[in-house]
Order: sequence, then C-alpha cells, then structure tokens
Amino acid sequence: MDSVYALLIAPFAEFDFMRRALVGASVLAVSAAPIGVFLMLRRMSLVGDAMAHAILPGAAVGYLIAGLSLGAMTLGGLVAGFAVALLAGLVARLTKLREDASLAAFYLMSLALGVTLISLRGSNIDLLHVLFGSVLALDDQALYLIGGVASVTALVFTIVVRPLVMESIDPVFLRAVSRAGAPAHLAFLALAVLNLVGGFQALGTLLAVGIMMLPAIASRFWAQTLTGMIAVAIIIGISATIAGLLISFHLGLASGPTIILIAGLFYIVSMVIGPQGGLLASYLPQRHLEA
Amino acid sequence: MIAPAICCADVTLGYGPHPAVHHLDGDFERGSLTAILGPNGAGKSTLLKAIAGELKPLSGHFDFGADKPRIAYLPQLAEIDRSFPLTVFELLAMGLWRKLGLFGGLSKEDRHTIGQALDAVGLVGFENRRIDTLSGGQMSRVLFARVMLQDCDIVLLDEPFAAIDARTVVDLIALVERWHAEGRTILAVLHDDALARAHFPSSLLLAREPIAWGATADVLTEINLRTARRMVEAHDPHAPLCEVA
Repeated sequence: MDSVYALLIAPFAEFDFMRRALVGASVLAVSAAPIGVFLMLRRMSLVGDAMAHAILPGAAVGYLIAGLSLGAMTLGGLVAGFAVALLAGLVARLTKLREDASLAAFYLMSLALGVTLISLRGSNIDLLHVLFGSVLALDDQALYLIGGVASVTALVFTIVVRPLVMESIDPVFLRAVSRAGAPAHLAFLALAVLNLVGGFQALGTLLAVGIMMLPAIASRFWAQTLTGMIAVAIIIGISATIAGLLISFHLGLASGPTIILIAGLFYIVSMVIGPQGGLLASYLPQRHLEA
Repeated sequence: MIAPAICCADVTLGYGPHPAVHHLDGDFERGSLTAILGPNGAGKSTLLKAIAGELKPLSGHFDFGADKPRIAYLPQLAEIDRSFPLTVFELLAMGLWRKLGLFGGLSKEDRHTIGQALDAVGLVGFENRRIDTLSGGQMSRVLFARVMLQDCDIVLLDEPFAAIDARTVVDLIALVERWHAEGRTILAVLHDDALARAHFPSSLLLAREPIAWGATADVLTEINLRTARRMVEAHDPHAPLCEVA
C-alpha cells in the first residue's frame, strides 16, 4: 500500500510544483480536446502544428522586449498567431491559393523570423525554454492564463459549434442559409491559436500541439459521435498528463515531452485495439445483425 | 399577370474568361417545374449555383422580384463530406437552421416535423443512423427530406437522380410533384430526357447558350438535342472577347 502511495500519490501530495503541473496540463487537455477533434475531422490535423510555429516570432518579440515574461510572450504569441491565421485565410479567399498552401507560406516565414529574433539575444537555453516549455514551473499567472483560455474556449465553442459542424459537412448549404460560416471558421482558428499560446508556457510552442492533436486522433478509434470523440479525447489527455508527470518524476525525465510521449502511446494502443476501425477490428471477423 | 420567380437578365456565368453560360435571357415562372438539360459542360450546374448565390455572374443579373425568396439548393452528392460523424436526424435538423439559429433547441413539434420528413422519403427508423453508413440512394432521400424541412419558395436540385435506382427515382419524383402542387418553383438538372418528358412541364436545353426554353415537348426535339451536342463540342479557345454592353 505504501509503495502505491509513494508511486502514485506522494509526488502530487508532497510537491507543490507537481500539483500545479497537474492542474495546468489537465485543464489544457480539456480545453484543447474539442479543437483537436474538429481539426482532425476537417482534415486540418497539421494546421495546429503550423500555427504553433507561427506563434514563435510573437513570443520572441515579447521575450526580446520584456525577457522571460509570461504576459509579454503570451501577447506576442497571440498577435503573431492571429495575424498568420487571418492572413492565410484572407489569401485563400482572395486568390487562387488554397488555405493549406498559404498557411504553409506564412508559418514558414513566421518561424524563420522567430528563430532569427531569438538568436539576436540570449542563449540556446532560452530558445529551448520557448520551444519546449517547463510544465514544472507554472506560477499563478500561468495557471490563470490556462484557466482563462479554457473558459473562453468553452464559451466561444458553444457559439460556433453549429455553423462549424455544418461547414465541415456541407459548406454550400451553410453559405446558402447563413453568413455564419466564415466568422465561425475564423473564431475556430483563433481558439486554436489561443490554446496553443495557453499551452506554450507549460509544454512549449511545439509540444502544445501534442496535447491538442494526439488525444483527438486517438479518440477516432473509440467513438462514433462528435460528443463521444471529444469525451474520449479529454479522458486520454488527462490520463496522459497524470501518467506523464508521474513517469517523468520517478525517472527524472523532462516532463512536457514525457506527457506528449504518453499521449502518443495512447494513440498507438488505440490504433491497434480501438473498436472503430482499429487494426485488430479491421482484420478480425466481425459479428453482424441478421437483418 | 404574376411576376416570374426568377428573371435571368442577360446572364453570363463562368470561371475565368471562358463562359459556362452565355447570355441567358428569360424567366422561370412562379410555380413552374423546369428540367434543365444539356450535355456535360453545358453550364447546368453552374446556372443553379449562380441562382443559389454561390457564383457571381460575369455580367447580367438575376431578378427575384420585390421580396427575396427563400432558396433551397440540393448539391451533388460528391460535395458533401460524409465521413463526418453525424446522424441522419442531426443532418435533417440543419434544414431547420432558419428557425433554430445558433442556440435554438428542438421543440417536440420540430422533432415531429423531422419525423414526418423522414416518413415522406421512406426512411422511418433511420434517425440515429450515421450518414457514413447510408447508401447513395438513402443519402439522396435524406437530402430531399432536408429540402422539405427548409420549406422554401424556390427549390434547386442539382442532378438529384444521378446514380440512384429506379424505385428511388419514382419515390423522389413523387415528392417533387408534391412540391410543384404546393406552388413552389422547382429547377432540376437532369440527364434523362425521358424523365423530363414524363414529369416536367417545362424544360431548358442548355449548351452554354440556351438552345430552347419552354414546354418540354417543344424543347426536347431531335434537332434541338443535336444542336446542343454540337454547340458544346465546338469549343474555341481562341474565340474573340465578347462585347459587354
């Protein structure tokens, strides 16, 4: 009994930074789940990754001006992320280019700019911090930020979810009955940026995508409905957070990457044994109804 | 004299400089049931898209009269992403968007209406089926039910009977005739002359230019059909620019 306690409970009971990491990363996992599921269903799984890169120069400018200040880097990241999302969307609507191509163009420029800015000042250690975060150093401010992001996400999502679903399935129909499509799409991209920025203090700009996408992608193998997928993604996200934190604590590994690795493990297991089109389900004989 | 439902005033439609529909002039009468026929590439779907407001005319315009009518547009099946996890019931609820909007909940009456629409297309009991498990014919039926729920003055059907079996066609034609009887204006892109002759009082034969427009029997003559085929085949990439008045 003691060993179970020492293994699973003690790290959180005894260390404040572990509790903070648990709360921060779990709330992030809940908030990012619906975003990830929609990105996946709309065949935009790589968009989160592109957005994460796009955020970098904003965070870098914040860092150049104010040092490792959460407020400045968050603000910079938001501005850069929104700008790239908006520009990519505009180019896609006004020119012949598709959105994925224009997004690729802008995020690559943004990434190069970000790395250049960071190299202007500071050592590689700072760069690593921006890129990979430090979930074990979440202060009150960072937790409030994550809580705020989650609240805004929940609120905005309830407003845009219907047009978002309709645009995903039948965009022509939505355009015929409503003008809500474009604003809903933009609001959705903004939420993606917001969650990535919220996650970058904890997990870093690059790994914040992991807690968004991996549970969402894994959920496809378990649930048939939108609600079901989001619920499964939340469960996987929180489970990966708890397991990742404990493993990194006991083995002395970097915590952010460990959380994402565990989420990746969930994905691999889901892909193999998931009942909705997983490997085993596809190859084993299935029972069917008589009529 | 009742004003026409849709007045096409010298409408030219296209993508880039090549016109897909060239100088279309004429009226779709209120309450008319019109088949739009013509070879592939004749501009039939383009015309429906433009009337639905999806495509801006290169020149000319459509006139819908004083009150902008409500238009229901049934796209070709391929334009719908059926891999999205949604049930038949949820897809049909989209048809009530104008009433429900962003937040409106479904009343008992709405659920009843949706049930009636399913009944009308012969899919009772399919409420909770996911749309990715439906056959092509069943999906067509569901989309017809959604058009019903939209309850619109003008109904645009883009190849509604493509790749579905004879029985489904019979059922869906019956629905179209019911809408016609209710006084709605209906335009349907077809590829089947016999179907048009049997069920559609009016026809528009299109081959980029309107070849003939009027009573179906007068439009679908052998000469007209042959002209239509020749018109589309004679596509000239070096055609001079058309003078725009």
